[in-house]
Amino acid sequence: MGSGTHDRNAGLAMNVVGGSGGAPVPQEGYVLEARGLTKRYGSLLANKDVQFGVRRGEIVALLGENGAGKTTLMNMLFGMTAPDSGSVLIDGEAIRLQSPRDALALGIGMVHQHFMLVPPFTVAENIALGVEPSRRGMLDLGDLEAQITALGRRFGIDIDPRAFVKDLSVGQQQRVEIIKALYRGARVMILDEPTAVLTPQEADDLFKVLRGLAHEGTGIVFISHKLREVLDLAHRIVVMRRGAVAGEVLPRDASPESLASLMVGRDVLLRVEKAKSVPGKPMIVVRDLVVNDDRRVRAVDGVSLSVRTGEIVGVAGVQGNGQTELVEAITGLRTTQSGSFHLSDRDLTRATVRDRTDAGLAHIPEDRQRHGLVLPFTVEQNMVLNRYYRAPFSRWLVMQAKAMRDQARDLVGRFDVRPANPEAPVGSLSGGNKQKVIIARELSRDVRALVAAQPTRGVDVGSIEFIHGALIAARDAGAAVLLVSAELDELLAVSDRIMVMFRGRIVGAVDSATASREDIGLMMAGGVSPEVESVTR
Amino acid sequence: MIGGLIPSLAIVTALLIGGVIIWASGPRLDGPWFGIWFVVEAYQALVEGAFGSRASTIDTVLRTVPYLFTGLAVMVGFRGGMFNIGAEGQLAVGALASAWVGFTVTSLPLIIHLPLVLLTGCLAGAIWGGIAGLLKARTGAHEVITTIMLNYVGGQLAAYLLNGALRDRSPLNVIAQTPKVAETARLPDLIPGLHSGVILVIGVAVLVWFVLWKTTMGFELRMVGINPDAASYAGVNVVRRMTWAMGVSGLLAGLAGAVQVAGVNYRSTLGFNVGYGFDSIAIALLGRNTVSGVVLSSILFAALRTGATKLQFRTQISTDIISVIQALVLLMIAADQIIRWIYRIGPAQPEAVADATSTAAPVASSESGR
Amino acid sequence: MTRGRFAFIIGCIGLLIGGAEVLRSPDVSASIVAASMLATMLRFATPLTLGALAGLLCERSGVANIAIEGMMLSAAFGAFLGAAATKNLLIGVLAGMAVGVAMATLHAWLSVTLRVDQIVSGTVINIMAAGITGFLSTEVVRRQALVGAGLLPALRIPVLADLPVVGPVFQQQPIAWVALLLVPITHLVIFHTPWGLRLRSVGELPRAAHAAGINVIRTRYTAVMIGGAIAGIGGAYFTLESVPAFEPLMTNGRGFIALAALIFGGWTPAGAWAASLLFGAANALHINAQQFGIPVPAQIVGMFPYLLTIVILAGVIGRVSPPAAVGTPYEAD
Repeated sequence: MGSGTHDRNAGLAMNVVGGSGGAPVPQEGYVLEARGLTKRYGSLLANKDVQFGVRRGEIVALLGENGAGKTTLMNMLFGMTAPDSGSVLIDGEAIRLQSPRDALALGIGMVHQHFMLVPPFTVAENIALGVEPSRRGMLDLGDLEAQITALGRRFGIDIDPRAFVKDLSVGQQQRVEIIKALYRGARVMILDEPTAVLTPQEADDLFKVLRGLAHEGTGIVFISHKLREVLDLAHRIVVMRRGAVAGEVLPRDASPESLASLMVGRDVLLRVEKAKSVPGKPMIVVRDLVVNDDRRVRAVDGVSLSVRTGEIVGVAGVQGNGQTELVEAITGLRTTQSGSFHLSDRDLTRATVRDRTDAGLAHIPEDRQRHGLVLPFTVEQNMVLNRYYRAPFSRWLVMQAKAMRDQARDLVGRFDVRPANPEAPVGSLSGGNKQKVIIARELSRDVRALVAAQPTRGVDVGSIEFIHGALIAARDAGAAVLLVSAELDELLAVSDRIMVMFRGRIVGAVDSATASREDIGLMMAGGVSPEVESVTR
Repeated sequence: MIGGLIPSLAIVTALLIGGVIIWASGPRLDGPWFGIWFVVEAYQALVEGAFGSRASTIDTVLRTVPYLFTGLAVMVGFRGGMFNIGAEGQLAVGALASAWVGFTVTSLPLIIHLPLVLLTGCLAGAIWGGIAGLLKARTGAHEVITTIMLNYVGGQLAAYLLNGALRDRSPLNVIAQTPKVAETARLPDLIPGLHSGVILVIGVAVLVWFVLWKTTMGFELRMVGINPDAASYAGVNVVRRMTWAMGVSGLLAGLAGAVQVAGVNYRSTLGFNVGYGFDSIAIALLGRNTVSGVVLSSILFAALRTGATKLQFRTQISTDIISVIQALVLLMIAADQIIRWIYRIGPAQPEAVADATSTAAPVASSESGR
Repeated sequence: MTRGRFAFIIGCIGLLIGGAEVLRSPDVSASIVAASMLATMLRFATPLTLGALAGLLCERSGVANIAIEGMMLSAAFGAFLGAAATKNLLIGVLAGMAVGVAMATLHAWLSVTLRVDQIVSGTVINIMAAGITGFLSTEVVRRQALVGAGLLPALRIPVLADLPVVGPVFQQQPIAWVALLLVPITHLVIFHTPWGLRLRSVGELPRAAHAAGINVIRTRYTAVMIGGAIAGIGGAYFTLESVPAFEPLMTNGRGFIALAALIFGGWTPAGAWAASLLFGAANALHINAQQFGIPVPAQIVGMFPYLLTIVILAGVIGRVSPPAAVGTPYEAD
C-alpha cells in the first residue's frame, strides 16, 4: 500500500488535462471498500471473504481469469446483486446497496462489459434514463444535451447527444457509458473489461481519458484479464482467483509471468511448445470473398487468403471487422455475395453446411452455446451433433444408441472431458469442458481443414493449454488450420502466419516468428493515426 | 418417476379446487357436511359417467381418439419449437377433405377407399399446418398468430363449403353438413359402437414416439426445437425441418378430423371441431410433451368430458365445470412452482431431454417479425 | 410506424369502402353504403383499438400478450355481472376494468415473477377465461335469471352529428369515445414522458434499465396491469355497448385481431388505431355485404382480415420489429 506516484501517468495527465500541475497523490483512505464480501450462487462460491478498496485518484486493476469472481464483486459494489455477508463502505461508512439506483446516488458509476445502452434511444435519452429531466410531466432534454456536450469537451470526447446509439461504433458507445457515469456524478468508476472490444489505439485513448479522470480525483477500478494492459495502466494490482483475493502487487514489482502465476496458482508457461510447420498444398482457398452481415452491410469486402496443409494461419483483428462473417461464410452458415471458397480444388462456395462437413471441413464455432452445442442434449448426443446421419451412428434413418455410446466413452477419455459421463446434459459442464466436447467432436475424424474461431474464449488456463495443443496436433497431422482470435498473444504463440483484418479486408500478413505486436496493432487499427474520434450522427 | 409426480399432483389439486367450486354451487341445506357429501356424489357421477357402464366406457374411449391425435399433434409442434394452436383448423380441413373423398368417390373397395379418405385428411391437415411452419421458418412470422388466423380462415372456408358446394342436398337435410360418406369409406367397428380408429391412434402414437426419439428426422426436429442455430451448424436444413414439423403436426390433427368422419359421424358437420384447439394444448402440456404423458392426459380429458354429462344430470352443475378444472390443471402445470410450494417439493433437477421435458413448453421464441 | 405504412392502411380502407360502392346493387344508395360502412367500421374498431392499446402497453414493457382475448372475454362477463347486479352501467364498466386488471395481474405473476413462458401464460389465461365465464354464465346468470342493465347511450356532438354521411362519426357511445381519446393519450405517455421512456427501456434492454436504477419487475407489472384495465374497458364494450347480454365466447377472436392490429401498426398507438380501423372496415363489409347486394359470398369476405394478418406477419408489406426484449423473462440476479 504505497502512495507513490506513477511518473508516466503524471506527465500524460498534465498533457491531457492541462490543469492543476503536479502529480496525482492518491489519498490514504479508501473511497470505496469491500470488507469480507461473500456471495454464493447455489453450490458455487463466487466470492469468498473479499477485501478490496480503491482510493481517490487511484487506478486499481482487478485481475483474474474468467470465473475468478471479478464481475460478481463489481456487481455487489454497484448494487446489482446483494452480498450474502460482509459490507460495502463509502468513505469509511458502511452502506446498503439495494439497487444500482443507490450506487449511482452515492457516486459509484459502472461501465459494463456488455454495454447498458438502449440501441433505439439517443445518447441523451440513454443518459437521462432514471434521472429524466421533465417539465409539466413531459420529457425535456434540452439542458441535458448541452451538459453532455460540455462534459464531453472537458474530457476530450466529442459527443452528439442526438445520435442514436445503434448508429455508434463500439468505441463511441463506450465513451457514452463513461459520460453517463460522469453525468451522474461518479466519484468512483468501475470498468469491466473495457478493452475487450477496442483496437490497441482505441485502448490507448481510453487510458488517456482514465488517467485524466484519476488526476481529477476519480477512483478507478479497472477489471481485466490482460496482463500487459494492467501493468501499463494501474497504480496497484489486485489478483483474484477462485472467488478470493490471491494477492496484491505494485506494477513495478510484477511481471506478466508473476501475475499469471498468481491468477492460476501455479507456474504457467506462457509460450506454446511447437515444432516448425511443414506446409503442403493449399487447402483452404478463399478468393475475393464478399459477404454481407445481418444488416445487409458489407462485412467481408473482397478477402483472399490461402491456408496450406500442415500450417496454422491466424486472423487478427478487433471483433467486428468481418472475422465472424468470414468464418460463417467459409463454414456455410452464411451466404456469400461474390467470390469463391475452395477446399483444395473443390468449389464449396454454394455448398451446404453438411456438404462441407462431408468434404472434411471442421468448425469450432465462436459462440459455443449458440452454434456448437445443444445444451439440454447429453454429452454423447452432442458428440455426434453433425455426424448422426452417417453410419455407424444411424442406419436406415434409425439412430444407433450403442454406437453413439461407444464413441462418446472413447472421446471423453481421450480428450479428458470432466465429468466423464456421456449421459450428462452438456449444459452442466464448465466452459472449458464444453469446449473440449466440441473439439473432441471436430478433431476425432479425418479433418482436412479446421476453422477455429475464438477457441479459448471464456476457458480456464488449464484447458487453454490443452486446446492449443490440440490445434497444433491437428496441424501436424496434416490439416490446414485457420485460427481467428481477438487475443493477439494466442495468435503469436500458436499460428505460423498471421493475417490482419480491418473493415472487412486483409490489410497485412506477417510471419508470426518475426512479427512485432506494435506493427500488428497498427494494422488492426487500419493504420490510422490515433486521434480522438468524433461521435456524430 | 418424478416426471409424473407434478402432473398427478396438479390434477388432484385441480379436482380439489373443483370440488370446492361444486360445493359452493350446490345446495347447502343442512350445513357444510351435506355439502361435502354433495361433492362426493358429484365426483362419483363423474367417474360413473366415464367408466360406469360398457356404453360409457366406449364413449370415453371414442372421445380419447381425437384428443390423442390432436394432443400428439401439438406435442410434435412443441418438440419442434413451435406452438401449434391451429389443431382446430387443421382438424376442420382434414374432415372436409376426407368427407369429400368419402362421398364423392363411390366405386372403390374399402381397402383402397378408406386409406384414401384418411390420407386425404392427413394431406389437408399437413398443408394447413405446413403453411404456418413455412411462414415461420422463412419469414419469422410467429406461428401462434398464423395458426390462430388459419383457424378462422378454415372456419370460414368450412362454413362456405358446407353451405355451398359440399352441402348435403337431400331434401331432409337442413343443416350445414356433407352427405354421408360411402360405406367403403367407413372405419369398421371392433365391437358394436367402437370403431377401429382406436387401433389406428395407438399405432400412430407408437409411430410418433419412434420417429421422434429413434430416428434422424426426430433428432433433427428436437434439435431445431431447442436450438435452431446449433441445428444449422450441425448441417440440418432448418427451414425444411421446421416446415416438416408443422406439417406433421397438422397431419396428425387432420387425421383426427378424418377419423371422426370415417368412424363417428360419417360426414363433416359445421362446428364439430370447436374446442379441440385449446384442449389439445392442455393435453400436450399436461403430458409434458411425452407420448406416454399425452396418452394418459387424453384419457383423462376424455373421461372428464364424458363424465360431465352424468355429473350435470345428477347434480345440475353445468358441464362447464370441466373447463374450469382443465384450466386449473393447466395453470398448475404451467406454474409448477405452485404445486411445489403447496406440497413442499424441491426445485427441478436438470434432466436430459431424452427422458422428459422442461416445465414450460420448449417454445423457440423467435420474435423477429412477430 | 412509417408514413408509407399509414398511407397504405388508409388506402386499404378506401379500397374497401370504394369496393363496397362499386359492387353494390343499384337499388342501394351510395350515401347509405358510405354512412353504413363508416359507422360500422368505427364501432367494430372500438374493441380492437382498446385491445391493441392494452397489448401495446404490455409488449412495450417486454411482456408478450396473447391473452387479450381472454382478458376481454372475462371483462365482458364482469361488466355484465356488475351492471346487472347493481343496475348501474358505470359500475359495470368499472367491474369490467377490475376483472381486466385481475386477469392481467395473473398474467404478470406467471410470466414476470414465475418466469413461465409468456405464450403459455397467455394461453392459460385464455383457457381460464373461456372456462370460468362459461361456467359462471350458466350457474349464476341463468340460475338467477339475471337481466342486463341495457346499453350505454350514445353521446353526440351537436351540429357535427347532423352532417350527412359522416354524421354518425360524431355520435358514439362512451366507450368508443374513450377508445378514440386513449390513442393520443397513450402516444404522449409512451413517447414523451419519463415513465414512458423507462417503460420502453425495460422493453428494449431490461438490464440497461436495471443498471440505470429502474425496477424492471415493478415497471412490467404496472404496464401489464394498466393494459389489463384498458382491455377491461374493451371487454365492457361487448356487453354494455354492443349486445345487452353475455354469450359464451362472445369475443369470437377479436382479441387476436387486436393483437394483429398491434403488430400491423408497428407497436405504436396511431398505427394500432389505423390497423383497427382497417380490420373494422373489413368486418363492416362482411356484415353488410348481403344488405348492399354485393355478389361475393359473405364467408369469403370474412376471411379477409385473417388472411391480411398472415400476409402482414410474413413481412410482405414491410417489416416491423417488436420491442427487443419481448418474450424473455428478466432475471435480476
